[in-house]
Amino acid sequence: MKMFKLCRNILINGSKFRILPTSNLGISINSDRIHQTFNSSFMTTIRRQTFCAESHHHQSKSEQTLLHELPNVSTIDNVAEFPGAKSKFVTDLHFFDPDDFENIPVYRVMNRNGQVLDEKQDPNLDKELMTKIYKGMTILNSMDRVLYESQRQGRISFYMTNYGEEGTHFGSAAAISNDDLAFGQYREAGVLIWRGFEIDKLMAQCYGNSEDLHKGRSMPVHYGTKDHCFVSISSPLSTQMPQAVGAAYAFKRQNQQRIVICYFGEGAASEGDFHAAMNFAATLSAPVIFFCRNNGYAISTPTHEQYRGDGIVCRGPAYGIPSIRVDGNDVLAVYNATLAAKKICLEQSRPVLIEAMTYRIGHHSTSDDSSAYRSVDEVRSWDEKDHPITRFRKYLEQKQWWDDDLEKSWKNESKRLVMTAFVKAEKLPKPNYMEMFEDVYDKMPESLIEQAQELKQHLKMYGGNYPISNFKQD
Amino acid sequence: MIKSILGRILFTSINNSTTITKTSRTLSHFAFKPDTAAVSDGDTTRMNLFQAINNALEIALVSDPKAVIFGEDVSFGGVFRCTVNLQDKFGKDRIFNTPLCEQGIVGFGIGLAAAGATAIAEIQFADYIFPAFDQIVNEAAKFRYRSGNQFDCGGLTIRAPCGAVGHGALYHSQSVESYFAHCPGIKIVIPRGPIQAKGLLLSCIRDQNPCIFFEPKILYRLAVEQVPVKDYMLPLSKAEVLVEGDDVTLIGWGTQVHVLHEVCEMARDQLNTSCELIDLATIMPWDRETVINSVKKTGRAIVAHEAPLTAGFGAEIAATLQKECFLHLEAPILRVAGYDTPFPHVFEPFYLPDKWKCFEAIKKSINY
Repeated sequence: MKMFKLCRNILINGSKFRILPTSNLGISINSDRIHQTFNSSFMTTIRRQTFCAESHHHQSKSEQTLLHELPNVSTIDNVAEFPGAKSKFVTDLHFFDPDDFENIPVYRVMNRNGQVLDEKQDPNLDKELMTKIYKGMTILNSMDRVLYESQRQGRISFYMTNYGEEGTHFGSAAAISNDDLAFGQYREAGVLIWRGFEIDKLMAQCYGNSEDLHKGRSMPVHYGTKDHCFVSISSPLSTQMPQAVGAAYAFKRQNQQRIVICYFGEGAASEGDFHAAMNFAATLSAPVIFFCRNNGYAISTPTHEQYRGDGIVCRGPAYGIPSIRVDGNDVLAVYNATLAAKKICLEQSRPVLIEAMTYRIGHHSTSDDSSAYRSVDEVRSWDEKDHPITRFRKYLEQKQWWDDDLEKSWKNESKRLVMTAFVKAEKLPKPNYMEMFEDVYDKMPESLIEQAQELKQHLKMYGGNYPISNFKQD
Repeated sequence: MIKSILGRILFTSINNSTTITKTSRTLSHFAFKPDTAAVSDGDTTRMNLFQAINNALEIALVSDPKAVIFGEDVSFGGVFRCTVNLQDKFGKDRIFNTPLCEQGIVGFGIGLAAAGATAIAEIQFADYIFPAFDQIVNEAAKFRYRSGNQFDCGGLTIRAPCGAVGHGALYHSQSVESYFAHCPGIKIVIPRGPIQAKGLLLSCIRDQNPCIFFEPKILYRLAVEQVPVKDYMLPLSKAEVLVEGDDVTLIGWGTQVHVLHEVCEMARDQLNTSCELIDLATIMPWDRETVINSVKKTGRAIVAHEAPLTAGFGAEIAATLQKECFLHLEAPILRVAGYDTPFPHVFEPFYLPDKWKCFEAIKKSINY
């Protein structure tokens, strides 16, 4: 109702939206019924309420006069019965301009100082869970620093940090169960850490060593683990989105009470697969959470070159999907929204869209120098003034669950954990090069067996020209 | 009055055009040669290709409660009737329409398969599989490999009508198999008739790799055989020698097998030439052994396919044969294929690698 008043004020004080004189005809509709019909869609509600707010003055009168003046027009004529949409007729010519809508607000639980704004919104999680989230966020941060440096020194070929987006990973992962299937894009390593996937294994993947579950086949940060229900990352953007919908549909049929969470960036949301996924999920009633990390940039492309609508969240209602925008730097807000989203998924068997607003503090990847397209000051401002880790630490300190001493000892401990894993990852050999031929199919076809033999023969003669000693021999 | 006159003119012209179309449709470029099921295969029933596919799908659904079928317009039975009655028998959650979006259909199917379901996706025409090219090539084909065999989408089968149909023009005629043959990780299968279609489709559905099953749409109604009633599978990656011969090996798949079958008879009658005819059936991974052995015996090879010549799958076969049978070859390996043009509408009779073009290739080969 607050929003209603706000919109009404905007309207009355001269917004772009106005009702043409002929609108009396179109407005002879029952506003209450419209409210009921469209209440599910936040965006539409705003629009409809503004629409009705203005019309309210005329309504009762115009409805009567209309019927008197035009005896041939029955109320039934006002119901549009096209198969494509349930709607009403109007006679005012009005294009629904995006400027007619209020932008969808950002849900937050605590402010930048970690103070809870509305006590009712505090999820009141226990100390153990909260400190686990904090420790996860910070160890991810430590791992990022080590692996970023490692790439700079040429020890690994590629890396992508998670700076500034740690809150979205841990807030969402903590709100669902560890066996809810996760599909990621590539900047969601925190979800894996939350689920207990060892730092060793993450590093093994980046090094492509013999302990890498992916057998050294993918680029670094393309993690995946069946045991932790996290589907292996692939580079093509958004391809995981319709896949997540298919998996969710399978879970629904199997009556598993499991959901799927699918992460993606705001840039990836421009791909056709985003559209496919949203539409399939809605029409096929799939219990999937679409979790968008809107961090302002897709490599160098700022959001105003990515889309012109109100971010990603406004697209949800257009597909018939309940949607919410949250402060991605507020772990508690992300947690609450994801928890509620899972409930909707399971109870109503339908998808939910969450757009987490955040800022990509790091470069896009180690192949990118972001100072080429954005100011260092802009980055510093987010790092210093609105960082999910800092904010959450303040929250924990207010609860007296964290202090400088704990911070110091955890910093040392996490650094030790990361460095131990790092040293181990670097020492391990790469997998046997014959692994290159496995798993193309479930069984190796004849032609591939032949090619594998050819390589073996070749290396017998030319092995000295290849880095064989770096690879496992067995 | 004006209306009725107009209506009559319209009616007459439609009637005329129907007659014209009908005449041209019956002039198919091949004669379907039915197969005979072995006595050991048990009871048989008369089925055309779409009925055999429908029958295979029904068996797949009965034998596997995790199997689902989806795509554009499959609920009411499909635009080619392949899924007719299945929704009534198995329910709306197992046979369902999707939104009109090929990349969504394949992506959705991959996800189903990754979560343990058996996903049978339909792409309405092979011509419209390209929006899903990324999902097939970058995702489905590489799913198992890239995850170190932790995840796979082996439960996925994509069915799509393919090939010439007399009047399909650019986007209802294409043979797209070679685009996918260049992609390790998927299997590509094309049957030549109802018996093969049923057995090969069931193999694709149950195979633990993503499969694309191309159905020659011209055979849907035209190809009729006595198809075994039982649940049976035919092996993938296995070519079939349909006619044994000593002089020339002819290799084809799908509808083209029937063209070549007729050519075998023409060569025997008119050239006194004995041809060995091979139905490749699986494009990838293909049965090199059967083809190589045949060419080693005959010393001559002709590959024929509807798809354009350049980089068509015939090129792969020819290159392999050249390497493996070099000392046995007595003539250059010839390829009879569609021209390197888009598939045309009114010129279709001139475009196709028909029996006369194949016959001429045999003459060239034996006279080399």
